[in-house]
Amino acid sequence: MTSTLTISHLTKAFGGVKALSDVSLAVEPGERVALLGHNGAGKSTLMKVILGLIAPDGGEISVCGAAPGKARSQVAYLPENAAFHSALTGLEQITYYMRLRGEAVSGAMELLDRVGLGHAAKRRICTYSKGMRQRVGLAQALIGHPRLLVLDEPTSGLDPVSRRDFYELLDGLAADGASILLSSHALTEVEARTDRLLILSGGRMVAEGSLPELRREAALPVSMQITALNGYDTDIMAALPDAIRLNGGLHLNCTQEDKLATLARISAMQEKVTDLEVIPPSLEDIYSHFSRRDGQ
Amino acid sequence: MIARIFATAVTEAHIARRNRWVLIAVALMVVFSLVLSAAGSAPTGALGADRLSVVVASLTSLSVYLVPLVALLMSFDAVAGEVERGTLPLLLTYPVARWEVLAGKLLAHTAILIVAILAGYGVAAAITIAADPAAVAGLGALWRLTWTSVLLGATFIGIGYALSSLARRVSGAAGLAIGLWLGLVVLYDLGLLAAVVADDGGFFTTDVFPAALLANPADAFRLFNLTASQATAAASGVGGAAATIPLWQSLLSILIWPLVSLALAALAFRKVEP
Ligand SMILES: Nc1ncnc2c1ncn2[C@@H]1O[C@H](COP(=O)(O)OP(=O)(O)OP(=O)(O)O)[C@@H](O)[C@H]1O
Ligand SMILES: [Mg+2]
Repeated sequence: MTSTLTISHLTKAFGGVKALSDVSLAVEPGERVALLGHNGAGKSTLMKVILGLIAPDGGEISVCGAAPGKARSQVAYLPENAAFHSALTGLEQITYYMRLRGEAVSGAMELLDRVGLGHAAKRRICTYSKGMRQRVGLAQALIGHPRLLVLDEPTSGLDPVSRRDFYELLDGLAADGASILLSSHALTEVEARTDRLLILSGGRMVAEGSLPELRREAALPVSMQITALNGYDTDIMAALPDAIRLNGGLHLNCTQEDKLATLARISAMQEKVTDLEVIPPSLEDIYSHFSRRDGQ
Repeated sequence: MIARIFATAVTEAHIARRNRWVLIAVALMVVFSLVLSAAGSAPTGALGADRLSVVVASLTSLSVYLVPLVALLMSFDAVAGEVERGTLPLLLTYPVARWEVLAGKLLAHTAILIVAILAGYGVAAAITIAADPAAVAGLGALWRLTWTSVLLGATFIGIGYALSSLARRVSGAAGLAIGLWLGLVVLYDLGLLAAVVADDGGFFTTDVFPAALLANPADAFRLFNLTASQATAAASGVGGAAATIPLWQSLLSILIWPLVSLALAALAFRKVEP
């Protein structure tokens, strides 16, 4: 199976600003990949290079087997601040895009219904709310059967229910074999709904993999919150020298490898402990671990 | 290809209708034509021409200002507006060539211009012929004026696209368009006239001046229409020297200019980075 998108050693600088340095990645058919990174990390720039809107300074890129911008009929794009001509109605705008893709325009209304805009299809886009404009953007990205969807912050401005609907749409597309590359700042939804995460920081690819893989690689400490039975906290602290007092309880950090051993020592003191809570590193912890590695 | 050009044209037509450009263009042409034909239907004698030909001569002088203005007003936003709204990057990821986008816009804008020109000249002709049925003799001149006006308009629409691509900002494009209109349509003739007067029948008047007239699409348009109806002396702002230029030369200029301006527009648009 050949990758829909392969990038190797891509670099791009704007004047003195290195927006992307030595970025390599591949996206397979049917795969949903999330691109994460701080503001200015280079996510949008990477997407524009993939689409052929910006010429790279170096590196090789293959999009659906062609150079960027050469396989446009197979690639759909949602820009980060999707803008449309405000004098057009949603229906006119989508009809226009369908004609440009050579699709039958009879499906325009159905497409707008799919993104929940059916009721507003005949109103001008200047009367739309931000989320409604974002949905016009989503609708145009769904036209035809793109093999690659490049979505720049697709859920920004969407309400929680619409976000869920949106990811359900994506699941359907991926099941049909489309590759999806999306950027986002919403970590929780991205980890639950994509197959792989890529983290950009200062233009470099600092991490790549599924969440469990990244969790292992980051090797962040597990924290434990121990509530001692009245008066026994000094005993526990003696047995666990790393523990500190915090908010009336005891707090302990330990590495992934030491986790089971530490738990065994705590359970050995069962009669002195009323409660134990094990808190794995959160998504934010893992993200900031990778994102800050370059001195951010 | 054709489908994509038409798709763009239909969309642009929607936008122009909503933005009232159709209405403005038609109203401008009709109002000014009405005024002129009312003035021109006074009895004429000196030229021995029919009334409609006289009206056509004054319409020519009007159109040389008005048609480029309307064309530039419709076109200056074409590329800069897309850049400023941020709609261009998305459009350029669609399987459509840049020249196809321009061709679609051109189709829509030219169609609007044709409607405006037909409305304006039609009203003028109707009034004149109603007042004097013998004026039908001038219909040939009117038809000539009509198609040359369309070509003149297409030239300036192309120039407007080129300026719009170069400026990349709507305000900048508007400034360039107005400046260019003033330069080509107003100041150019004044400058030539001043030079001819200062030159007093020398090399400039005999050699440079005719070429300079032909090089300017607006002057070539006026020259062609007035020469063709033998009314050069009657209404030409640039004096008798123009009468020595053969008709085919001004015709050639009129025919070539739209191609040149559209090629310039396509080149300038290709250089726009989204
Ligand atoms: N046209 C441009 N000219 C100059 N610098 C640019 C240009 N576009 C982007 N940059 C720079 O490139 C870097 C990456 O920008 P980019 O828009 O890709 O960030 P991003 O990851 O999408 O950020 P955000 O999360 O805020 O959308 C930034 O430092 C930005 O200033
Ligand atoms: Mg961005």
